[in-house]
Amino acid sequence: MKYPLKLHVNQRTYNLEVYPSQNLRDVLREELGLTGTKEGCSTGNCGACTVIMNGMSVKSCLILALQADGKEILTVEGLSTNGQLHPLQESFIDKQAVQCGYCTPGMLMSAKALLDQNPNPTEEEVRDGLHGNICRCTGYVKIVEAVLDAAEKIGQ
Amino acid sequence: MSEFAILGKPTPRVDGIPKVTGKAQYAADLSVAGMLYGEVLRSPYPHARILSIDTSRAERLPGVRGVITGKDFNGFRHGFMAHTRDESPLAPDKVRFIGDEVAAVAAIDPDIAHEAVELIRVEYEQLPAVFDPEEAMQEGAPAIHDHVQRNISAEMHFNFGDVEAAFARADHVREDRFYSQSVLHGFLEPHACIAQYEEPGKITFWGSKQSPYFPYRNLASAFKVPLSNVRVIQPVVGGGFGGKNDTFALDYAAVMLSKKTGHPVKFVYDIEDVLMAGRRRHPMIIYMKTGVKKDGTLLATECRVIADGGAYTAVGPMTIYLAGAFLTLPYKLPNLKYDAWRVYTNKPVSVAQRGHGVPQTRFAADCQLDLIAKDLGLDPVEIRLKNAIEPGHVTVNKIHISSCGLKETINRSTEFVNWKERKQELAKEREKGGRYLRGIGLACNGFMSGARLHGHTACAVVVKVHEDGTVSVLPGATDSGQGAETVLATMAAEVLGITLEDVHVSRVDSFLTPVDPGSYGSRVTSTAGPALLIAVGKCRTQLAEVAAKLLDAPVAEIEFRERKAFVKGDPTKQMPFGKLCRLAYQYGSGQVIIGEGYFGQNVALPNWDTGEGDVANAYTFGTQVAEVEVDRETGQVKLKKMIVAHDLGKMFNPLIVEGQHDGSIYGGMGQALYEECLNEDGLTLNPSILDYKMPTALDMPGVMESINIETNDPLGPFGAKESAEGTQVSTVPAIVNAIYDATGIMFTDLPITPEKVLRALEQKEQGGGPIVPASI
Repeated sequence: MKYPLKLHVNQRTYNLEVYPSQNLRDVLREELGLTGTKEGCSTGNCGACTVIMNGMSVKSCLILALQADGKEILTVEGLSTNGQLHPLQESFIDKQAVQCGYCTPGMLMSAKALLDQNPNPTEEEVRDGLHGNICRCTGYVKIVEAVLDAAEKIGQ
Repeated sequence: MSEFAILGKPTPRVDGIPKVTGKAQYAADLSVAGMLYGEVLRSPYPHARILSIDTSRAERLPGVRGVITGKDFNGFRHGFMAHTRDESPLAPDKVRFIGDEVAAVAAIDPDIAHEAVELIRVEYEQLPAVFDPEEAMQEGAPAIHDHVQRNISAEMHFNFGDVEAAFARADHVREDRFYSQSVLHGFLEPHACIAQYEEPGKITFWGSKQSPYFPYRNLASAFKVPLSNVRVIQPVVGGGFGGKNDTFALDYAAVMLSKKTGHPVKFVYDIEDVLMAGRRRHPMIIYMKTGVKKDGTLLATECRVIADGGAYTAVGPMTIYLAGAFLTLPYKLPNLKYDAWRVYTNKPVSVAQRGHGVPQTRFAADCQLDLIAKDLGLDPVEIRLKNAIEPGHVTVNKIHISSCGLKETINRSTEFVNWKERKQELAKEREKGGRYLRGIGLACNGFMSGARLHGHTACAVVVKVHEDGTVSVLPGATDSGQGAETVLATMAAEVLGITLEDVHVSRVDSFLTPVDPGSYGSRVTSTAGPALLIAVGKCRTQLAEVAAKLLDAPVAEIEFRERKAFVKGDPTKQMPFGKLCRLAYQYGSGQVIIGEGYFGQNVALPNWDTGEGDVANAYTFGTQVAEVEVDRETGQVKLKKMIVAHDLGKMFNPLIVEGQHDGSIYGGMGQALYEECLNEDGLTLNPSILDYKMPTALDMPGVMESINIETNDPLGPFGAKESAEGTQVSTVPAIVNAIYDATGIMFTDLPITPEKVLRALEQKEQGGGPIVPASI
């Protein structure tokens, strides 16, 4: 049986009906067509499905969709505003923190949550903030550089 | 000022914006109207005969549209070469590892597909299984493939010079055993595809493939349709590293189920499928015997390799070929005997992975070199410089070296860390005692820039110039994240004097893009690159001819830069590039500016039987210096610094190059210190990213430096060679040698886990030898 779900995603409200077994990731991807949130491991280990829920970064594969009822969700599609890239997105491009790009949406959301809570992180704090997100391509080096670069830009 | 406008500059990647905005579409993000969802049933046994499969209950489940088994493929088998085709899309009669695919279903949603798979009843007769390659190659071991003696899937035997005579005159000979473990490619995007079969015999296939022309050819064979009926469309690919070359069960099953049901069918594997049953790097047991002169000059190596191939052959013969052929790089080695056996075991299949076979034997050879240096009282840098290959060298197995900056990479990387001083400083620090032991080590590599393949080896590119001055590049090569699209766009923009924004690089669509062997073996810059230069050169010539007429100047005087066509030496005669293109399309009866080119390695084929000959046009060389810290209390090893010096011929984009080095270091560090597919009686014990221990951002070294050495290879595009794989080759031995410096213990058995370190330190304190036994 499906249950009603009210989701606020990227500042838009959706009234949906979902099964209790559906996780937030699948609802975002399949019901709302927001495929930027990636499907990696489904067990909360890889971080590819990270989104921000009420200001906290969460692995959307571990959140049942109904647990997100009434909550504010931000996905990678909501990061840029009015066609203007978020400083994190700009820095990820400028520093080439992106290779295959599969971890990128989750990395950006973890980084956003980190900077929202700690606008001037040290390198060690950035590494710590991203350690729930796995990336095979970059060795995290340029991702960490990009987050520090974005922090500086946001602070200016 | 640089002679180039874009080349060599840290420009952004051309695929950056779609990837940071979530718009990039990977295979799992796609959907097609009327699509069904597929799932495979896997074997729970490592080795068993399939007696019967009852699919009736699954078929009756509401929502199920189709069920298939191995029998549906009518005996079709696939493999790397005609005589190694030992793999079926779905196992028809026998399963050979836990996870071997047996059947597949298509249903209206993924949950129903999952439920249906569990309703399939397979009756198995379990067979004795074998998991250890050395046991598997004994007489009387269980036969994994009925026709194969002693489970030998492939073997290679090379014999160059006279190793026995060389050992007889050597001042010092040592023999060691090394073990390089099973590791995953580690791509984050699991395998996924959608297939649509339409009568009569038309296949459209969207799949996460680093080499999309593999399924193009394989699907045509499997479904007996003309190649022109197979349309393979490549979505954005979430990493490959050698693990997304082959055509897998899901790919064949999607097409077969689409054929059966009349609907498109989508398959998305879980990462658990990949971790449990997916392909991985060949584990190798390596026996290495090396003889040297007193001064460290290498005289001979005799190497025996037993490679654990898993259940099927796949690309395995190539793996053990390269593992042997590259023993003569990067050091001069006048005598080599190499005997390798790739052995079937009842485990997941071993294939190519970044560095393809070379990292395993280079780990053994470069670590043994440090043991030899210690035996002779030589410095590790000194022994490497003494033996380093130089430009123009021809190896004993007839590999011809053109450009070679190896000595410079050794010098520059060791100068960067003040090798001698740092080594002494760390030794003094260790004498003081304390919790942490720090040490420094190095290793070198030689690698191929663009694998030379038997059969079709050429890459091809088509370039179209649009009327508005923008350009489409249609390569057969693919970008699975490494930056190939940006590299190709950079070359096109440089030649036409336009910007990266003006160039669009298409992904593969086999209806439209030229056929390509595949993007592995560092083939894109090295092999697709020259093809692109030919294609874009033709466009440039056509445009120059039009410009010459319009600007009233000789063709040879036309130059392209800053989005303009110029007449050399006359600044008054110029024209915007976009205007030139528009006028070209209107000139005379209208010129359509299009160019095409193909390029294959101009070297003779290597001889598979003898191991002689070139495997590429050009070769890269590199050195890595690692500094590690070993915690005596916990046994944990932390990589603190990694310096890479790489001879890449010519640097196209420093950010891409650094990114490739970072990725190689990450993969190599994972293999050296953390990762292993743990297997017990055929079962993978750690099928989650957490248990598999892929390193996180916290594990990376604080200091990483890339030093690029440009040697301008005569055959490389703009002089360039690979810079994506060679570094993976020397990462592991550099780290292991640094641990040897820190602890006096040479760990010959990967990965170097805290348990192994603690045990070895304890043994050493009790007076044990300097080398840890390989098995633990």
